[in-house]
Amino acid sequence: MSGARHRGSPARDSIVPEAEFASYYGRPIVKAAPWEHDIAYYLFTGGLAAGSAVLGTGADLTGRPGLRQAARVGSLAGLLASVFFLVRDLGRPSRFLNMLRVMKVTSPMSVGTWLLSLHGPLAGLASAGEAVGLLPSRWQRGPLGLARRAARPAGIAAAVTAPPVAAYTAVLLSDTATPAWHSAHRELPFVFCGSAAAASGGWGMIGAPVAEAGPARAFAVGGAVLELAAERRMEQSMGLAAETLHQGKAGRWMKASKALTVLGAAGTLLGGRSRVLSVASGAALMAGSLCTRLGVFEAGLASAHDPKYTVVPQRERVDRGR
Amino acid sequence: MSLRESLSDRLANSLFGPLDPAPNAGYDDPPARKGFFTDTSVCIGCKACEVACKEWNDVPENAFEMLGTSYDNSHSLNANQWRHVAFIEKPATGARADLGMPTVGAPPSDTPDDEKPDFQWLMSSDVCKHCTHAACLDVCPTGSLFRSEFGTVVVQDEICNGCGYCVAACPYGVIDRRHGPADDPKVGIAQKCTLCYDRLTDGQRPACAQACPTESILFGDVEELRRTAEERVARLHEQGIMDARLYGNDPEDGVGGTGASFLLLDEPEVYGLPPDPVVTTKDLPAMYRQAATAAAVFLAGAAAAFLRRKP
Amino acid sequence: MAEAHPVGFQWVVEAQKRGARVIHVDPRFTRTSAVADKHVPIRVGSDIAFLGGVINHVLSNGLDFREYVVNYTNAATIVSEDYRDTDDLDGLFSGFDAEKRVYDPTSWQYESEDTHVELSQAQAESSAEHAKHRATAAGLQHEAHGIQVASHPARDETLQHPRCVYQVLKRHFARYTPEVVEQICGISQADFAEVCRAWTENSGRERTTALVYSVGWTQHSVGVQYIRTGAILQLLLGNMGRPGGGIMALRGHASIQGSTDIPTLFNILPGYLPMPNPEEHPTLDDWVDSVRKPGSKGFWSKADAYAVNLLKAYWGDRAQPDNDFCFDYLPKITGDHGTYRTVLDMIDGKVKGYFLLGQNPAVGSAHGRAQRLGMAQLDWLVVRDLFEIESATFWKNSPEIETGEIVPEECATEVFLLPAASHVEKEGTFTQTQRMLQWREKAVDPPGDARSELWFFYHLGRMLRERLQGSTDERDRPLLDLAWDYPVHGDGVAAGWGEPSAEAVLREINGFETATGRPLSSFTEMKADGSTLGGCWIYTGVYADGVNQAARKKSRHEQSFVAPEWGWAWPMNRRILYNRASADPDGKPWSARKAYVWWDPELGENGEWTGADVPDFEKTKPPSYRSPEDADGVAALDGIDPFIMQGDGKGALYVPQGLIDGPLPTHYEPVESPFRNLLYGQQGNPTRLEYRREDNPMNPAPGADSDAHVAVFPFVFTTSRLTEHHTAGGMSRYLEHLSELQPEMFVEVSPALAAERGLEHMGWCHVVTARSAVEGRVLVTERLRPLRVEGRTVHQVWLPYHWGSGGLVTGDSTNDLFGISLDPNVLIQESKVGTCDVRPGRRPRGAELRALITDYRRRSGTDDDVYPPIVTTDAGEEEQ
Repeated sequence: MSGARHRGSPARDSIVPEAEFASYYGRPIVKAAPWEHDIAYYLFTGGLAAGSAVLGTGADLTGRPGLRQAARVGSLAGLLASVFFLVRDLGRPSRFLNMLRVMKVTSPMSVGTWLLSLHGPLAGLASAGEAVGLLPSRWQRGPLGLARRAARPAGIAAAVTAPPVAAYTAVLLSDTATPAWHSAHRELPFVFCGSAAAASGGWGMIGAPVAEAGPARAFAVGGAVLELAAERRMEQSMGLAAETLHQGKAGRWMKASKALTVLGAAGTLLGGRSRVLSVASGAALMAGSLCTRLGVFEAGLASAHDPKYTVVPQRERVDRGR
Repeated sequence: MSLRESLSDRLANSLFGPLDPAPNAGYDDPPARKGFFTDTSVCIGCKACEVACKEWNDVPENAFEMLGTSYDNSHSLNANQWRHVAFIEKPATGARADLGMPTVGAPPSDTPDDEKPDFQWLMSSDVCKHCTHAACLDVCPTGSLFRSEFGTVVVQDEICNGCGYCVAACPYGVIDRRHGPADDPKVGIAQKCTLCYDRLTDGQRPACAQACPTESILFGDVEELRRTAEERVARLHEQGIMDARLYGNDPEDGVGGTGASFLLLDEPEVYGLPPDPVVTTKDLPAMYRQAATAAAVFLAGAAAAFLRRKP
Repeated sequence: MAEAHPVGFQWVVEAQKRGARVIHVDPRFTRTSAVADKHVPIRVGSDIAFLGGVINHVLSNGLDFREYVVNYTNAATIVSEDYRDTDDLDGLFSGFDAEKRVYDPTSWQYESEDTHVELSQAQAESSAEHAKHRATAAGLQHEAHGIQVASHPARDETLQHPRCVYQVLKRHFARYTPEVVEQICGISQADFAEVCRAWTENSGRERTTALVYSVGWTQHSVGVQYIRTGAILQLLLGNMGRPGGGIMALRGHASIQGSTDIPTLFNILPGYLPMPNPEEHPTLDDWVDSVRKPGSKGFWSKADAYAVNLLKAYWGDRAQPDNDFCFDYLPKITGDHGTYRTVLDMIDGKVKGYFLLGQNPAVGSAHGRAQRLGMAQLDWLVVRDLFEIESATFWKNSPEIETGEIVPEECATEVFLLPAASHVEKEGTFTQTQRMLQWREKAVDPPGDARSELWFFYHLGRMLRERLQGSTDERDRPLLDLAWDYPVHGDGVAAGWGEPSAEAVLREINGFETATGRPLSSFTEMKADGSTLGGCWIYTGVYADGVNQAARKKSRHEQSFVAPEWGWAWPMNRRILYNRASADPDGKPWSARKAYVWWDPELGENGEWTGADVPDFEKTKPPSYRSPEDADGVAALDGIDPFIMQGDGKGALYVPQGLIDGPLPTHYEPVESPFRNLLYGQQGNPTRLEYRREDNPMNPAPGADSDAHVAVFPFVFTTSRLTEHHTAGGMSRYLEHLSELQPEMFVEVSPALAAERGLEHMGWCHVVTARSAVEGRVLVTERLRPLRVEGRTVHQVWLPYHWGSGGLVTGDSTNDLFGISLDPNVLIQESKVGTCDVRPGRRPRGAELRALITDYRRRSGTDDDVYPPIVTTDAGEEEQ
């Protein structure tokens, strides 16, 4: 009983001896974020939307209408979905507009809210214009015609605002006391950006004709490589909390994510012009991206639940004399 | 002074380091900063603080479950528990056996083992720290959490939309989103100690400080309380109680010192407190830099994906 | 104290901060121990041995405060040559009547200096008298009245005479050595030595030590003698009547001191006047004379005034000299009407009705099953409380419903549950442990139909009187002639249901001149001719000058450390009783540091007593005063007699009469114990009161029963409180904020006991005695340590007693484990110690529960009519 000394489990492949630490009946010190998987879905769909916005604009500027269309669908769907998941996870969903009361630089969630408030309408306008373009041409007059013509400039602006949207979610997670998330703050933005690229590229591979999907493939593979490399680097800099990415639920998600991402990237590189392989690889990459978000999410929660991840590094720091 | 200098003054230590929080938050001529000093060496574990707080603030029940952790059935600070009394029974033998392997435990206390009391029951009333650099306040996206003129951190119940971000940001695990009971009007929003803001504005002490019979919970000006704390810990050291130490009273610590500080009789983690909490906002500039770089790579990568070839 | 009196405990913490050392002696490590400087674990029920050991240490090493002891105690008084001590008679005193199991105290008396002075009525008491006193819990009366001895007994100021009290004490406690203390109490010799050193070094001229106790001491079959032992020690060390010293008796409830001052006890009247009985006190004068004991010193000599004033307060103008002030109207007692006797009478069908006012005996009184079975035999029961407590629901929800012993459809008790106002919903006083009255204002109106006790009884009386209006039956006169005209106020006045003025009642308690209504300022103004009235002479002064003194709230920061202007303490706002003892025989403080009250020859005409407190002494009587031979009453008190309520004005180290179980405290084992009395052949208190009947079995005890029987209940258990709950739970288990703090009934056991009996932390266990079995969650803790007693390990088990079948959090009631055995002096139950067995898992329910108990009774030999002897030594007979 009482504030007993515990043995932590050793990090995988580590020669660091088992950590000894005191705690209050093994109870958590920091609290896990009260978030459901909705937040992981929000991260995924947000990344998908951001990547799709960029791909959509690139496709627009390089004359790839099929890719452009798919990307703009992905952008809109991703945005709507991400807002839906975000709002649903609130304790008081009816008060979601209160996010717009203030603009706080110290709050990545506030920054993100305003980023989305900026990027969203722009991407939405681009997607709307895209939708208008599908209508019979005699309807494309007046305001609708305006929308159609605004699609390109809106899309460019959306593409410029999209990268922050892809990256800020990493800051959102890292700017907490959750040991796994905070200790990952150096590399997590790269992991998430890579993951966003892989997901949106994967969607492009599914939604666009194979002939036009080249950039999507390149973006996807580049994203996958970035994600995998950054994730490896991240674990090395995370310290003790890295082991949460290998244990329990988080461990399973991360394993799946790596497998799917590697498979998806390989399939993309080797698949040539096969439509079937394209779609399968694209789906694998998207699934992999989702698994990454879930894995990081769960790892964070696990690192909050076990006081070891809070106590041991801090105690070490104190003993070292800060 | 120039605008730049005054701005720089204002912003200096805004995220980290010693700071007087109320002026920094924009108050002109606020009252002296208010807070708690909790001297756990005289806590008798009566839980009057828990009950007084709930009575005054209409905090609903937490749980009706015996936890078997000494006399602590309140579990921890959370949305339905704004004061939490910890109980630690330290038995006579065996708790600190030397295992002969490199450990990362605390340095041993200065008091030799045979001069220590052979059984100790530590008790401590935990509360929101009202940090100088309050992560919960920093990350709140609706502006619900605000810094009062007393230097305290308070939730505005009507504004909070329950995003839960503050819950993850707090390095002490204090604030939480209320889950129940089902009919409580504040379910779904963040709740924590307000340092009885409504009592302070009427010139009264917080309910817990008023109720504490042994003056374990002292309320007053933070500066004065810190002096009292120094004197008290010096006194205990004179009496040979070398394990006595202060917690949260150092403006140079990771949260800029806390409005609610403590005198502990053991390591913080024994009480469920973090040994060296640092406000997450300290690393925020670095995080934004990393994110900006990643965003740039993302955009460049996308551009490169298109530049490589034409259809 | 931190557990049960957390608010009062702040002063202990304050004292600690100023350098005081706190030693906590308790069977278990509690929240008090957590902040104390030292905790001494003790086997519950062995405190007399422990304190006796300290006394022995003091006497053997000459560490007593000699000047104090010689002058202020009866140490020098010489005891009769017929006296024989427990040391001589194997645990009995001389004069033991084995048949009645009481003593004839004749041999205990002082050898009087004035052989021609007529021994007072009390001094001639026989064992028959003592038996009657036991039945009527007369100990309480004697305690308040002091020992009724002649004023000038024979003394040897050198303390060398072999029969002086000092030497008697020495011989009596000689066998209480450190080794014996270790054997009996389980206290190491090192710990014991430390306590002795700390206590003695902190007593004397410059320093005083305070002794604090509560019901952990009183609720024993030798409870009164526990306190006596403490008193002896504090007198020997010169701590009584001095600041920072003395004995603080913490009470069990917030105003229970008030409920003995203005009593709810069967055997006393307000101000500790004893209840008269019809045989001995046919007239008022007979009664008054029995109270005031001619030939002795002290303020009880004015008992006639106190009695008359009380009668006039009751019957107002009707009470006149020619009708003995309505003395005939006063109810009288004929024997044991104690609460436990009454409950057993209820079971036997002899009691028809019962009022329970803020009392929950189904949970809070010993032998819960007897309580509930008793209530099931009543015709009617009135329960006034804040919630629907177990005593109101026993007929539908209790262990006896499960066992089938009470069947709701067949239980004929008519239960009236009436809502009561809480203490913030009514005005009135509380009297706390320091005898201080504090007035409380009403903060809010009570909700709905909830009303105060004052309202209830006033209107009940009013309605009964209206019903009896015009009756010619003599029997109705006491009710009809009552002075019942209290002013009422509040919303209900117009409808005839107003709230009586509590302040008016307080004025009446204080007393006033009947002709003018002028409030009395002191009980010395009370007259025996009917020109004054007063409900409680010790409270006179609380309304002095027409001001509610109990309502004074001057901050302690604005007055001396005595703080006399906060509230009002009886008598006469004296805060420390017997404070004359804080000055030496010449009237000077023992030291500047401990100056409290002293004689100033410059004050007044020829000098006066003065100081920080109201002197507990006649203001103008100089220290040098020596009374004439034939003086009695107050005039017989010398200038060096601080203990003004005692017949000889001295602190009683040795008590020649007034206590049924002996002039000196003696270690007896609890009624239920696994251990033989190491010191004497007499196992337990030979004069204790037991009710030997089938429904009140006691676990077997060594010396009286076989080892095999005793071993059926091998563990010792005790019970006390948790801070989070209040007594029988009626005020805490119905509130969420409190209930969630301690939501479940639990049993504390040591790790060793858990291992021995296979108990798992947070699992279940049940504790078994001959009365019942009670279950709770297991809390394994090192705060309970097994002790080594008489060469073997004994396990102590602890249970809180707050739970019952009602409220937000329910659980078994610990008091179901205890039987009824009582201290002979005051009839308090032994509910702090018993023997038991502990079994893992939940207890059987219903008929199986009774089957379990039956089995235990069979195995322990308590299932038949053959009761083990209470007297376990022949020494008494041999002497006779």
